[in-house]
Amino acid sequence: MSAFLRTLGVLLTSAVAVTACSSPDASPGGTGAAACAPSGGGPVNLAFTSWVPGIEEVVQAWNAKNPDIQVKVQTGPNGNGGTYQNFFNQLKAGNAPDLGQIEYDALPGFRVQDGLLDIGSCDIVAQAKDQFLPWTWDQVSLGDAKAAYGVPQDTGPMALFYRADLFEKAGIAIPATWQEYAAAAEKVKAAGGHITNFSQSDINQFAGLAWQAGGHWFGNDGQKWTVSLTDDKTTKVAQYWQDLIDRKLVSSVPPWTAEWDNAYNTDQAWTWVSAVWGANSIATGAPKTAGKWRVAPMPQWDAGQASAGNWGGSSTAVFKTSKHPYEAAKFALWLNTSDEALTLLNQKANLYPATKAGANLPALASGVAFYGDQKIYEVFAKASTQVPSGFTWGPAMTATYANASDGFKAAVSGKGTLTDALTGAQAFTVQTLKNQAIPVA
Amino acid sequence: MTTTLPTTPAASVRRHGHSTVPRSAAMLIMGVSTVYFLLPLWWLFVGATKSREQFTDTQPLWFADLHLFDNVRELVTYRDGVFLRWILNSVAYTGGAALLGTLLAAMCGYALAKYRFPGREVIFNVVLSGVLVPATALALPLFLIFSKMHATNTFWAVFLPSLVNPFGVYLARVYATAGVPDGLLEAARIDGSGEIRTFFTISAKLMSPALVTIFLFHFVAVWNNFLLPLIMLSDERLFPVTLGLYSWNTQVNQVPELRGLVIVGSLISIAPLAVAFLLLQRFWRTGISTGAVK
Repeated sequence: MSAFLRTLGVLLTSAVAVTACSSPDASPGGTGAAACAPSGGGPVNLAFTSWVPGIEEVVQAWNAKNPDIQVKVQTGPNGNGGTYQNFFNQLKAGNAPDLGQIEYDALPGFRVQDGLLDIGSCDIVAQAKDQFLPWTWDQVSLGDAKAAYGVPQDTGPMALFYRADLFEKAGIAIPATWQEYAAAAEKVKAAGGHITNFSQSDINQFAGLAWQAGGHWFGNDGQKWTVSLTDDKTTKVAQYWQDLIDRKLVSSVPPWTAEWDNAYNTDQAWTWVSAVWGANSIATGAPKTAGKWRVAPMPQWDAGQASAGNWGGSSTAVFKTSKHPYEAAKFALWLNTSDEALTLLNQKANLYPATKAGANLPALASGVAFYGDQKIYEVFAKASTQVPSGFTWGPAMTATYANASDGFKAAVSGKGTLTDALTGAQAFTVQTLKNQAIPVA
Repeated sequence: MTTTLPTTPAASVRRHGHSTVPRSAAMLIMGVSTVYFLLPLWWLFVGATKSREQFTDTQPLWFADLHLFDNVRELVTYRDGVFLRWILNSVAYTGGAALLGTLLAAMCGYALAKYRFPGREVIFNVVLSGVLVPATALALPLFLIFSKMHATNTFWAVFLPSLVNPFGVYLARVYATAGVPDGLLEAARIDGSGEIRTFFTISAKLMSPALVTIFLFHFVAVWNNFLLPLIMLSDERLFPVTLGLYSWNTQVNQVPELRGLVIVGSLISIAPLAVAFLLLQRFWRTGISTGAVK
């Protein structure tokens, strides 16, 4: 009977659909070969899914000025919270939006499932390439210099947030290298705090640290993927933090919890090596410490070096099923290069631009009260030019993260080490790719 | 909503009196469970009354300065009051689907109980096996079917699949078999009442305790059905409150202000469930025990 009722429901719906349906016809694979030409005749309607807070207002600004390319924006949970799975389902059903927000680490997954349109062949995209920081373009070209599987949107260049007042009171110099950071950690411990909180479940922070050190986790030569979560650079970083964990110089409160906020709010954690958006996390999580934080460049592995990690960031991708790749690319470029859009995105959602010129936005020039009026974005602007090129994400990062995160949690509670966790994640990732019939070297 | 569940066995223990478990031990277990189930609610309530600053640095289980009304005001004005829209959506999905779904289940179960026709047992067994299929497993196939008809991302994409309730059919059949005497139906027929009229004027009334039970089960199931809207809907204006709060919660890293709104929103969103339970609880208990005896 349930089957009968369900059929009935379907029949009812089809009647509804005839009248209510206004979505464009969705036939999968309907795009031609050299697909990037303006579609002639009449205004174009594009659908765009993004979970950037306040994205509606940014899109409104576009719609007001572009009557011929109207964008309808849809919001929902973040990518790993369900939107990526929805994208995959919609691609299967042929009703994916034209454009979608996809984080850099998820982009290769969509690429191997053949869900994305290569808009690198659009002349407007090829021309815009030089406006972006080279390493951000790596994130969307995925190893093929001519390709672009999206337009870089925002980035998370990393720096060192530190409690200027506590460091001064304890007479500790601000560490410029990781050796100094470890030495400072001992003094901080002696002064009754922890130098930082090691992120046991959010592997992205560790990825940023490994990225800074020159680690390369994945590679793709066009045919096969290589997985190297345990390369020398990454192993060095893992051993460094394992040492701090072993000596109990860092705390390990789960990140993004009230407990974690509290550690920063009550002077228990003195620094945080984090991305530019972390500025807002501290300001809202630790309101009692207003005015006491400052930002310095990330500690370096060798004195005199200038390298920074990146933590987070998204692209605006065009899905394979889009009928209007040219218009979609045009909108994506406006969204991620125009001063107007970048300023709005920064105001509404603290996005930090991926373009070279973005660092000069007026919104990023002023001092921030929470950081004692320091012009903190100058530090991040520099950092964003120091992120090493060539870092590639893998095609199954969810699986990689989940496995590594289990290993990290175990290591933090004394079972195994971070290096063990990475070795495990390496084997697990290779196996996952093989199971998904993705060629692995 | 789960909080009311443990009180049901407590009531029956008390009623039967001669339980082998000593009364004090039973009370202790109940007390512990009550605390266990109420503690998160208490935390939620206390958390909802605090300002953002005080939320992190005051005792999680006791009040700080009362900020509840400011929080609520912020919640209902955030992004043009989209939260209120979600609540209304939830009420529409849930109330509508539970009412119609109860009617469908009642008619279906009644027909299976009172009419003899070929294939009756087959149909009933198919329905029973439907009880075993989790709603989660059906979400993706439903999405693909609705996609074929270009009906995803509409009100109907969530509403229509929510009408179906195999367990309700089962319950209605069991209850109709026991609670609606054949003789009465015969008498009605002899008096010239049509089958439909008989169902609504006589049988439905006799079945009313079962109908309340079915309604409540269905109400809770639809209210808590999270995966179907998650998969079907991409327009925020169509979200039920569960999905809306969830999507806010996934953005907390980016917009930490949302954490407070999610907490107040959660508190408000459980209110309709609590009201439904308090109003209909009595009927529900009767309904469950009736079903259990048969």
